[in-house]
Amino acid sequence: MFLRLVYESFRRQKRRKLLAGVAITLGVTVATAMIAIATDIGDKINREMRTYRANLLVTPQEDTLDLEIGGVNLKPPSDGAFLDEADLPKIKGMFWRHNIVGFAPMLPVTTRLEDGSEVTLLGTYFAKPFSFGKEHFVTGVRSTNGWWKVDGAWPTDDSRDVLLGQGLAAKLKRKVGDSIMIGGAAHRISGILSTGDAEDHQFVAPLAVAQQILGRPGAVRRVYVSALTKPEDALARRDPKSMSPELFDRWYCSPYVQSIAYQLQETISHSHAEQIRQVEQTEGTVLSRIKGLMLLVTLAALFASGLAVSAAMATAIFERRAEVGLMKALGGGNSSIAALFFTEAVLLALFGGAAGYAGGILLARQMGRAIFNSDIAIQPVLFPFILVIAIVVTFAGSAAAIRKAVLFDPVFALRGEA
Amino acid sequence: MSPIPQRSEIVARRADRPHTSMFLRMLVRAAVLRRGRAASALVAMIVAAAVATAMLNLYTDVQAKLRREFRKYGANIVVVGKNGAPLPGDALAKTESALAGRGIAVPFAYVVARTKDGQAIVVAGTAFERVRRLNSWWSVTDWPSGQGQALIGTRAFPVLSPKQQSFDLSFRDQTVHLIAAAKLQTGASEDSRVYLPLSDFEKWTDVQPSTIEVAAAGSPEEVSATLQRIAQAVPNAEVKPLRQVMEAEAYVLGKTRAALLASCSLIVLTAALCVLSTLMGWVFDRRRDFAIMKALGASERLLNGFFAAEATTLGVVGAVLGFAIGVGIAAWIGRVNFHAPVLPRFSVLPIILAGSVAVALLSAALPINLLRRVQPAMILRGE
Repeated sequence: MFLRLVYESFRRQKRRKLLAGVAITLGVTVATAMIAIATDIGDKINREMRTYRANLLVTPQEDTLDLEIGGVNLKPPSDGAFLDEADLPKIKGMFWRHNIVGFAPMLPVTTRLEDGSEVTLLGTYFAKPFSFGKEHFVTGVRSTNGWWKVDGAWPTDDSRDVLLGQGLAAKLKRKVGDSIMIGGAAHRISGILSTGDAEDHQFVAPLAVAQQILGRPGAVRRVYVSALTKPEDALARRDPKSMSPELFDRWYCSPYVQSIAYQLQETISHSHAEQIRQVEQTEGTVLSRIKGLMLLVTLAALFASGLAVSAAMATAIFERRAEVGLMKALGGGNSSIAALFFTEAVLLALFGGAAGYAGGILLARQMGRAIFNSDIAIQPVLFPFILVIAIVVTFAGSAAAIRKAVLFDPVFALRGEA
Repeated sequence: MSPIPQRSEIVARRADRPHTSMFLRMLVRAAVLRRGRAASALVAMIVAAAVATAMLNLYTDVQAKLRREFRKYGANIVVVGKNGAPLPGDALAKTESALAGRGIAVPFAYVVARTKDGQAIVVAGTAFERVRRLNSWWSVTDWPSGQGQALIGTRAFPVLSPKQQSFDLSFRDQTVHLIAAAKLQTGASEDSRVYLPLSDFEKWTDVQPSTIEVAAAGSPEEVSATLQRIAQAVPNAEVKPLRQVMEAEAYVLGKTRAALLASCSLIVLTAALCVLSTLMGWVFDRRRDFAIMKALGASERLLNGFFAAEATTLGVVGAVLGFAIGVGIAAWIGRVNFHAPVLPRFSVLPIILAGSVAVALLSAALPINLLRRVQPAMILRGE
């Protein structure tokens, strides 16, 4: 009998059930999309920031002091130590390889132009394809230094083309497509580079060109690495040498900037890796602020959609007082009537929740495409969680209305005097 | 039940009360008699208005808040002498007056000096109390305050004073004796340098600052206006924006605002829907009042006016109360997340008022339209 009541209630009151169901679906859709965005926004922004600026710097361990003022290197080219280019692909074999967004080696060398003036030529990767094991990836300044703008074309890494800084271009009166003698060899200028930094007064060329000018194949002065990291905490700042083996494992297996630096040192022989504090420390705070904000906004969204669902349920039950009156007049007990309504509410919540979850996935995907130009992934773990929220909210929203409906005198209800 | 009062009593009681029109009385009684339903409609209205206020407040304020965080990044403008020449002596004062207090300017002077055993090292002179505010990411053991005290980068430290002893540096045959006061760590080229107070530095080397790093506050437009002003104030210098900082900042702010806007619209929409369904239920529930009024000869216009006045009152009261609560929520979020309250913006109030009244009117109009087509007798019979 109970099942039949529930079944008939859904069959005969399609319009009302549909309205309540739509309210639940909408509420759950908004909640799902907001949770998805709030959990993903930090990651999305972090990833994008990493294409603007590297947060780790790898230098030779036995290096002499940098002699650099305003981005201009004053160190004699042969002075100091070098890293080995052959070690670089191993970065993609590290424990945290998936967190490495990109890296760019740098080798500044000093050379002479035809007129005898001294210029700096910076050797680097632009978009160099690599493979390590089964992994293929492309890395270089195009993916780590997002603020570098090129008028013309980027050189390919196996060519002998160069980029000319815009300040130097104005001084030398050269333009894209011209050929220029650098260190006694002719190079084509494939593009004019603008960075707002020291590179505006330099040449930027494929790494091999710089190595050839220096006469040291395989040499790299420093490597900038962009890695996705987890905000620092007390464990992150501890000295790994003073840790117990278990603690060390935990530290090593967390993507702290310190542990990634440690692994970079293990991977690249004779190297010293360090976080660039300007990038790492300030971005950490900005990201945590944004994440916190979205979390609080998500709470507001959950609250608003909870309220909407409750209101819809309360209205739906309020409209059925006459029905309750009839059931009571026919001898229905309070508890069995309440059970009927609660069962209906749970069924509605399950259907509405499932539909809302699907809607939320679509909405989150649309918002992700519109805002970040990439999809926002929703963890399937979220599904039961969303369903539970839907049921609890629907339950809570109906409870007061059900109580009122059940306690109402059937005589008044049937006479239509509410 | 109290006995029914005599007609004369009622007239006497009414006589000393201010005259209120039937219209107003109907409005008030409608709210008082059905307290429960009216209250739930009002609560829905308040909550929706509060959520909308909080979101709008946050949306307008979040940019300023995040910008403040971004200024911890350090400089966004650099002033350097043209072609490596030193800056004129009054460059710092002129830059500061162009900034007009909206940011900080820090002078830097650089030379390459030699240690006792001939090793080259970059020595910089600067104003410590300004650098400290500009570059909050510098990790410094203890900021030096006295004369002859040097701040030494972590990589330079073992070269210069492995036992934290004092050391000598020479530049153009001038030697200076310095105390190793503190250690500096940044992860970049600063680690290989020695920093001195500017006065000590100038006395020793006679070299003037060649770079001024400026952190200008405000929106990208304000920053580029500041940049123009500095360029005019210091004509023989090159003034350039630090693009990597500014572009990353613009990106993050843009994305955050877009995400916030999308979420806020969703939330406001949900809240409006909630108000709509509650109010519709409330009005629909009172179809008997409606029918009685109609049966007693109320004109269509009067009825519409009555429900419109009711909806407007509800919208206004809900909006004002909701605004107050919403401002509180925004301030709380500001304090929890940004450690600075979000100031109330009264420019939001008219928007909230208009929105609330519009939603209230809409949710009253829909059921009234439905009811208008039904004969009052049918409603009164309970059909």
